[in-house]
Amino acid sequence: MTAKRTYMRPMTNWWQRLPFYKRYLWREATCFGVIAYALVLLTGLWRLSQGAEAFTAWRAALASPLSLLIHVAILAAFVFHSWTWFEVMPKTMPFIRVGGKRVADDTIVRSGVTAAVVATVVVLVLAAWGLK
Amino acid sequence: MTAERRISIECQRYNPEQDTEPHYQTYEVPFTDDMSVLQGLQYIKDHLDGSLTFRWSCRMAICGSCGIMINGVPSLGCHTFLRDLVSQGKVRVEPLTHFPIQRDLAIDQTDFLRKLESVKPYIIPAKDVTPADGAYRQTPLQIDEYYQFSECINCLLCYAACPQYGLNPQFTGPAALTLLHRYNADSRDAGTAERMAIINGENGVWGCTLVSYCSEVCPKHVDPARAINQNKINSTKDYFLRFISPRGADKG
Repeated sequence: MTAKRTYMRPMTNWWQRLPFYKRYLWREATCFGVIAYALVLLTGLWRLSQGAEAFTAWRAALASPLSLLIHVAILAAFVFHSWTWFEVMPKTMPFIRVGGKRVADDTIVRSGVTAAVVATVVVLVLAAWGLK
Repeated sequence: MTAERRISIECQRYNPEQDTEPHYQTYEVPFTDDMSVLQGLQYIKDHLDGSLTFRWSCRMAICGSCGIMINGVPSLGCHTFLRDLVSQGKVRVEPLTHFPIQRDLAIDQTDFLRKLESVKPYIIPAKDVTPADGAYRQTPLQIDEYYQFSECINCLLCYAACPQYGLNPQFTGPAALTLLHRYNADSRDAGTAERMAIINGENGVWGCTLVSYCSEVCPKHVDPARAINQNKINSTKDYFLRFISPRGADKG
């Protein structure tokens, strides 16, 4: 008997095959937005360590139109990343039971998103209060 | 009586004795509202082209034989209706992606079967038991821990959905890892330690990047992504806990 001759299809451009894969890659890619903003904040901390003048200069740089544009882009990346992150959160957890009944995945997703929204509002309120 | 409706089914064909690569062939198939894609393929085989090769058995989404790509989506042929595809204009059927094609719509499952065997998908009891010991007893809660994962029918749609398996065929993959978890999660089983090497290994759960399309296409709602990703926690615990309680320390 001769060996089976099979055909293996290539994986070229696999992410373009389905909208689901594109969405997955956007979820992964938007983590760069999260990293970018962590770097912005770390830069602020580093400038603060250099003294009041350096910190004021950093804050002035943040107010430039280019910086505002980048902030809007990063905010969009953050929202998408958070949303899609919470979407898959139930898959990373063992079953959670309340009163003997399994908590539905939708409830876990909604709780995560709610927690993120609440945390954001708290930070914004504290920031607004601090700026007064 | 309603007028006869027809639909074009574009089948991927591959004859290993003649073709160097697959090509497509289109068939015009009359259909009724109750006809599945599998029945469409059976119509082709019976009336239009007897050489078309595809697998099927039960026709009711339990045997897991008729997995194919329907318009690019891993699906069971018997579980997808032609009436629902009319709006998409055409029906393109291909063999499950990420697997070697044997002929037409039939793929080679050897790789999966080897992986399935490797995860020891059976109960490994803590001690030898005989029927004389009586039946195992489980609470509904203990059953609930694994039942969903035991619903897997080995249809391999999850492998066709998983780009990580496509990119790295060594990856143990969704169904095998899910069945591994199904036994680890069973209170009657004591084989977790034996299966840990597969979970922790290079091609174990860490090969998964939580694309989660496997759970999306699973016809039995097994949620393989969940079974795999729960075991990332177990793998992490296994890694760190050995510093507190080294393996084998209590032996001898």
